[in-house]
Amino acid sequence: MFGKLSWAAIPFDQPIPMIASAVVALVIIGTLLWITVKGWFPYLWREWITSVDHKRIGVMYTVLALVMLLRGFTDAIMMRSQQALAFRAPGYLPPEHYDQVFSAHGTIMIFFVAMPFMIGLMNFVVPLQLGVRDVAFPTLNSVSFWLTATGALLVNISLLVGEFARTGWLPYPPLSELRYSPGVGVDYYLWAIEIAGVGTLMTGINFVTTILKIRAPGMTYLRMPMFCWTALAANLLIVAAFPVLTATLAMLLLDRYLGFHFFTNEAGGNVMMFMNLIWAWGHPEVYILILPAFGVFSEVISTFSGKPLFGYRSMVAATMAICILSFTVWLHHFFTMGAGADVNAVFGIASMIIAVPTGVKIFNWLFTMYGGRIRYEPPLLWAIGFMVTFVIGGMTGVLLTVPPADFLLHNSLFLVAHFHNVIIGGVLFGGFAGYTYWFPKAFGFKLHKRLGQAAFWFWLIGFYVAFMPLYVLGFLGMTRRMQHYDVPEWHPWLLIAAGGAILIAIGIALMIAQLVVSIRQREELRDATGDPWDGRSLEWATASPPPAFNFAVMPHVEGQEAYWQIKQRFRDESLPIEEPEYEPIEMPRNSPTGFICAFFATLMGFALIWHIWWLVIAGALGAYATFVVFAWRDADERRIPAEVVAQIDRANRAARARLQNASVPA
Amino acid sequence: MNDLSVLGLCCSTRNEMCGCRGQASFKPKRLWRFKAGRLVLAAVSATGLSGCGPTILKPIGPIGGADESILIDSLCIMLAIVLPTIVAIFAFAWWYRASNARAHYRPDWAYSGQIEMVVWGIPLLVILLLGGVAWIGSHDLDPAKPLPSPTKPLDVQVVSLDWKWLFIYPAQRIASVNALVLPVGTPVHFALTSASVMSVFFVPRLGSMIYTMNGMRTRLNLEADRAGTFYGESAHFNGDGFADMHFKVRVLSAVDFSNWVRTASETRAVLDDRSYEDLAKQSIVSPATFQLADDDLFRSIVTQKLPPGPGPTMGRPTASVSPRSGS
Repeated sequence: MFGKLSWAAIPFDQPIPMIASAVVALVIIGTLLWITVKGWFPYLWREWITSVDHKRIGVMYTVLALVMLLRGFTDAIMMRSQQALAFRAPGYLPPEHYDQVFSAHGTIMIFFVAMPFMIGLMNFVVPLQLGVRDVAFPTLNSVSFWLTATGALLVNISLLVGEFARTGWLPYPPLSELRYSPGVGVDYYLWAIEIAGVGTLMTGINFVTTILKIRAPGMTYLRMPMFCWTALAANLLIVAAFPVLTATLAMLLLDRYLGFHFFTNEAGGNVMMFMNLIWAWGHPEVYILILPAFGVFSEVISTFSGKPLFGYRSMVAATMAICILSFTVWLHHFFTMGAGADVNAVFGIASMIIAVPTGVKIFNWLFTMYGGRIRYEPPLLWAIGFMVTFVIGGMTGVLLTVPPADFLLHNSLFLVAHFHNVIIGGVLFGGFAGYTYWFPKAFGFKLHKRLGQAAFWFWLIGFYVAFMPLYVLGFLGMTRRMQHYDVPEWHPWLLIAAGGAILIAIGIALMIAQLVVSIRQREELRDATGDPWDGRSLEWATASPPPAFNFAVMPHVEGQEAYWQIKQRFRDESLPIEEPEYEPIEMPRNSPTGFICAFFATLMGFALIWHIWWLVIAGALGAYATFVVFAWRDADERRIPAEVVAQIDRANRAARARLQNASVPA
Repeated sequence: MNDLSVLGLCCSTRNEMCGCRGQASFKPKRLWRFKAGRLVLAAVSATGLSGCGPTILKPIGPIGGADESILIDSLCIMLAIVLPTIVAIFAFAWWYRASNARAHYRPDWAYSGQIEMVVWGIPLLVILLLGGVAWIGSHDLDPAKPLPSPTKPLDVQVVSLDWKWLFIYPAQRIASVNALVLPVGTPVHFALTSASVMSVFFVPRLGSMIYTMNGMRTRLNLEADRAGTFYGESAHFNGDGFADMHFKVRVLSAVDFSNWVRTASETRAVLDDRSYEDLAKQSIVSPATFQLADDDLFRSIVTQKLPPGPGPTMGRPTASVSPRSGS
């Protein structure tokens, strides 16, 4: 009846997962109770869960990312403390648990923190920057989000029911094959990523279509803000790379479920093929993450320097160059497989070439600051912290592309330090910069500045204290994923790194405090104008938070930095505000399709993991039926009357006019 | 040579603590050695980085030495551009702060062809130089390339098992587990495979690492030019016993080595297909030596005549839910 599932699958005898699950369960039950008591369910259902508004979905993606960041960081703290304790000692995490912790940490941080963070920012910002009302396929967007949430949920269920993968965040066979990992852990990983990956692929299609086909009148490609360009590049990469991931993991699933031999030791399976395929996705993946972050920094540095982005066209060229080159370098992840000198050298040099457009970007940001009037608001702090940190991370990355150097450092803690250096220093700092930069746009009030600064400094210093020792440990020959060790030279550096993790924990606590304090003081932090940072692109042309339809009338774009030009013209010519002709606006109807699909996908995923075949069929049928019902809909749009549009827009115009009058000297 | 003496000083004090024998007699071929590289090395060694642990910065053989000098040289090439960039970031960010009235505000300045040339040109030149280093380096240091030496190379066959290393000396007809014994100054030709999952054979102070894979044979050439005991490890995660999958590398003089071979060949334990089967089961074992009964053992493993290791057999509640290692 229930396949492999029984009460014995829950680790009652192990206090750590039990306590962790209990805490999570209490938080969830507490939140649900609170929502019930406050009577917020109808509101949540109507305005958020079934929303197809790209801004709401963007916010939900970001919330998912930040919540999962807490989970992933808990894993990080466990690893750092285990390694700090496990010198000539077993520590407190036995191998079978420690191996799950580092696998879950990597999986969660990449798939359920970095990805939703970047996709959340793109969701919120791209349509606004393009001057349009929504993405190309709004309901599909909601399905994408909920499928991502399904993946995150499955990974977290594994904490309590069964186990998670013990193979690392990329399940290299043959370790991940049935013979060496017969448990449900790898299956949790595979189904979670397969389901979330479908959502990500649909996001990619959605955004490529949106950026290519739906832009405000006059918004030519070379007038798009840099963030839209990087979003385009990232989503092109998603469309090209995610099918590779899905297919590769599907092959591993066939091996595990139906006795195929794609990657097994026996019967002609080839493990090297898995490594090639997984990195053919995996390397573009790191650019899927970092390119949107580059876009955020381009916006932030330009805004807070009070200048246009330096070398816009060269930035576009660099972005697209990275987009293409990222597919030509995957082999540098396994120089030590013995492919031969020519192959290694070609891929090493190809990998280095990516450093050229990336270096150009750094210099262009540098020259954007040159001649600027730099305001040290928290988003800019993140950006400068990023520039310095990323230059170091980029350098160590290029070092690893030199095959003989990689022969010494492959899989070492030097590598771990390198990719945290670029992912924390690049992607996460980019996410935080975007979060503080666009928060007032999303909610109508700024985040508390002092707490934001404090959080930044703890994160930055914590990062250096936690990861510079890992570079040293790489030089000391320490490899990654050690549950215990007895080399005395390693111990002090691991103690320092654990200290760094504590500093980062304080940084996270300060970010939570910042959010709470900002919500409590939202009246003082209110942004009435919709343009709190003196912005340059179209998202600042509308109210904060923007109305459901984004723009009362479609903006006409006449050059780069569309909104800056409008402001400029207004200032120069002190034009009176002319009220436009308001017309009714058609907006897509909300739809529970995404949520219901994801509900069935969760059931199906869970059932597949535990071999509960009847539930697999039920889940698949349910998801399919949901999709059919949606496809059969009669009315897919609702009309917002012209009066309502006018009323909302007039309020914003009034606030804006007050600001403009105050800033124009008499 | 001044900076090297810093290294030597630091080393000699640490040597006593950890019982390494003698000074590095070995001088690596230095292809693109910069003065700056020496300084970095000296600075690094001053922080205690080059103790007698498994550091990659104190190589004991030509491969490790050449790997390491390419690493340091590449680092220096990049630091030459990275350090000024970091300084410029701080300088620009500070000088153009909004409160600095002396800084000239150029609100519309967003393009300069000359600067564009420079910002594309500098990274390109650096990569051109570094690309040359990578090309020459990966050809010179191809793991499969035999080392030039008047001494006849020693053949060692390496098998990674769950979770131990088996070293087979086909010519000597002996084998050892978790203990690699090498004669000093002799090039060693390793042929490597795995009896189960993937692993990486790595002796940090000898240099280059290489993957081991079941059903496949990889090759690696290394040489130790200094006697002593060193740390070897698996550098690729391969399951619950991974952290215990390290081994001792003892580099002996020619005389000591032949003594060791003689002792080992007098061991009573015999490695044949049957005892190999025991070894292939998941376990963590202490170092041991064997007589080699089956000359074709390595080939049988590579060709899978001897089947891959069995993997976990028990679990909580069953292996198909959550496997546990051990028996």
